[in-house]
Amino acid sequence: MDTSSPLLRVRNLTHAYGNLLACSDISFELHSGEVLGIVGESGSGKTTLLNCLSARLAPTNGIVEYDLRGRGLSDIYALSEPERRLLLRTDWGVVMQNPRDGLRMDVSAGGNVGERLMAVGARHYGAIRQEAEDWLTKVEMDLGRMDDKPKHFSGGMQQRLQIARNLVTKPRLVFMDEPTGGLDVSVQARLLDLLRGLVRELRLSAIIVTHDLAVARLLADRLMVMKDGKVVETGLTDQVLDDPHHPYTQLLVSSVLQV
Amino acid sequence: MSAAQQQATEGDDGYNFAYLDEQTKRMIRRCLLKAVAVPGYQVPFGGREMPLPYGWGTGGMQVTASIIGRDDTLKVIDQGADDTTNAVNIRRFFARVAEVPTTESTAEASIVQTRHRVPEDPMREDQIIVYQVPQPEPLRPLEPREIECRKMHAYKEYGLMQVSLYEDIARFGEIATSYSYPVMVGDRYLMSPTPIPKFDNPKMDDFPALQLFGAGREKRIYAIPPYTKVKSLDFDDHPFAVQQWEEDCALCGAEDTFLDEVILDDQGGKMYVCSDSHYCARRRAEGHEGKLSESAARAYAAAVGAAEEEEA
Amino acid sequence: MTDDKKDAVIRVENLSKAFVLHVQGGARLPVFSNLNLEVAAGESVALYGPSGTGKSTLLRSLYANYKPGSGQVWVRHDDDWVDMAGAAPHRVLEVRRRTVGYVSQFLRVIPRICSRDIVAEPLHALGADLDQARAKAEALLARLNIPEAMWDLAPATFSGGEQQRVNIARGFVADYPVLLLDEPTASLDAGNRAVVMDLIGEAKARGAAIVGIFHDDEVREAVADRVFDLSKERAVA
Repeated sequence: MDTSSPLLRVRNLTHAYGNLLACSDISFELHSGEVLGIVGESGSGKTTLLNCLSARLAPTNGIVEYDLRGRGLSDIYALSEPERRLLLRTDWGVVMQNPRDGLRMDVSAGGNVGERLMAVGARHYGAIRQEAEDWLTKVEMDLGRMDDKPKHFSGGMQQRLQIARNLVTKPRLVFMDEPTGGLDVSVQARLLDLLRGLVRELRLSAIIVTHDLAVARLLADRLMVMKDGKVVETGLTDQVLDDPHHPYTQLLVSSVLQV
Repeated sequence: MSAAQQQATEGDDGYNFAYLDEQTKRMIRRCLLKAVAVPGYQVPFGGREMPLPYGWGTGGMQVTASIIGRDDTLKVIDQGADDTTNAVNIRRFFARVAEVPTTESTAEASIVQTRHRVPEDPMREDQIIVYQVPQPEPLRPLEPREIECRKMHAYKEYGLMQVSLYEDIARFGEIATSYSYPVMVGDRYLMSPTPIPKFDNPKMDDFPALQLFGAGREKRIYAIPPYTKVKSLDFDDHPFAVQQWEEDCALCGAEDTFLDEVILDDQGGKMYVCSDSHYCARRRAEGHEGKLSESAARAYAAAVGAAEEEEA
Repeated sequence: MTDDKKDAVIRVENLSKAFVLHVQGGARLPVFSNLNLEVAAGESVALYGPSGTGKSTLLRSLYANYKPGSGQVWVRHDDDWVDMAGAAPHRVLEVRRRTVGYVSQFLRVIPRICSRDIVAEPLHALGADLDQARAKAEALLARLNIPEAMWDLAPATFSGGEQQRVNIARGFVADYPVLLLDEPTASLDAGNRAVVMDLIGEAKARGAAIVGIFHDDEVREAVADRVFDLSKERAVA
């Protein structure tokens, strides 16, 4: 019954900064409910790729198509800018590595979560607040901090708030750039566990950029290994990590420190 | 000889009529036409230096200078009053450079330039009101990036403005914003009504007179044509409401005007008076009378007593 | 695939696997080549042979955990046949979710998730409601002698044997048509070994095809219908 069409289809995507090829000739498909991890070292083009996929950086070449509700697979860079912006704050979510880029630091936690609802027309304060409370609870935030500004929160809290802010419109596809970067290991574990639960519960599709193979193992169904802007290996997460074929992947896997 | 040239040759002290040169006025008038055509949209204009600092109404003055003619009668108010420094100086300025008659009566004026108020008296289709605007961009406190603000306007993405009202309710239990209260103009553009009290917002809706807005420092002009829908933002469960006072005007007894609180002493003595000084004076002339509150009467008596003591 | 004789659910065809170790100068280690194996519903096959003959590698290849160099691993998934060695990842995941269960040698611990939920998860993922899945998980944990006090704890701190039993419970919680078992009774005492043997017997009885590695001769003889001897079948020196 392999009739389902992909949620996201990428064909021959290339992005160059001047003469520098940041990512080169990348093609893949993402199906509904799948979590794809993009791994590789710093400078391998992971973040550039993620930006191209998430409609925030027009690729030099290639096509990114998304299964728009009611319209089917559509080239996201052929959409008008308002359509693209609407997509980014409704059916998509983007969790940034640095919460400062993904949150409004001077707006309360509740307001941060409510913004996406208000952006799509919610005008009932009580309902917005209730929904925000639900989501803050889901990401294990203390409701006593709901009216505090995120600039006073810890890194882990900011990251959880960012997740709630993105998920409140029930997106189908979430992009995450190093979601656990810069956090203590114990905080990381909690966040990973939370993400893992949410992804499963909500049947989310996600594309997660990370250089941490343990994060990839825990969250991703599939991996794409990047090196020098190219995808050198793809496959199921456990397959790529347990039976790596490409020399670079073997090096990457064998370089992980065991605890 | 065209009217413009004729005007250009006249005027006081070698200044052109109404201070600005004719090319500048033409440029501003074009911007005004665009602003009227796209209600609520901020039109950039080439703002000129005026002989007073930014923040003192240079934007409003440039708009007034561009639309005023010899047959006009000008009224200028500042916080509702005709006799405060800003109002007096701007009125004198135009009396000198345009040689137009000035008035304190809203009904007699053909142009009303205002800072922070809409007059209490109703205005008519043959009148124009010019607002002095310090910050034309209602999204600015929330979104510092100009490009992003412009995109939000272009795509009518105004969720963020609602967030600021949400923050108010979360913090104060109600929408505490009491001036510069954001409005939607003609169901399309989000607009800052300038720092008028939200008390005046409902007057802007379906207003018979043309409303023009000039921001000198930010170099933006916008407008609301007569009889345009102007709606204050709110939530379904926290509807927009204007300020109310527990007392009436102590001088004229008006019950439905915007009142200023006047502190009389350090014992809690205070009184409320109409902020629209001309409206209040006219009512008093018509025989309306207010009543001093107890605390105000006490403060008054104490002040009179002290004066008598000093005399004695 | 046309030939469906005797209810086959797994068909391995011409399967070859070699490891190339690029990190160690490109050394090539062939494991097996041209393997053929067919397993029917309700049948239990023990992979057999000394260490290094590729038992685990074959088992992992059946689960698509390892990627064979050539050949196919056909698994019957509903009314389709899916080649685990060649199908698209989302397809393989679907087969893993509904058709093929796998009990690995060690439990991969997930931080902060309690043992009850670790066990219930695969059943919940199949669409069972959470309470129902948890109830079944608890029954299995009880059967495998995991004390109730430990059901609410994350298994990170459990002993090796306890972790292994949680792992087994997780593998048996859903009624997969195919079960792959990698030394399920290693490090278990006699009592728990008997429980696992019972579980395997029950799975067979409901028609599951089982492929396993059983070091313990007694267990192997008890649960396996036949033995697949890799030292004879692997066809590499």
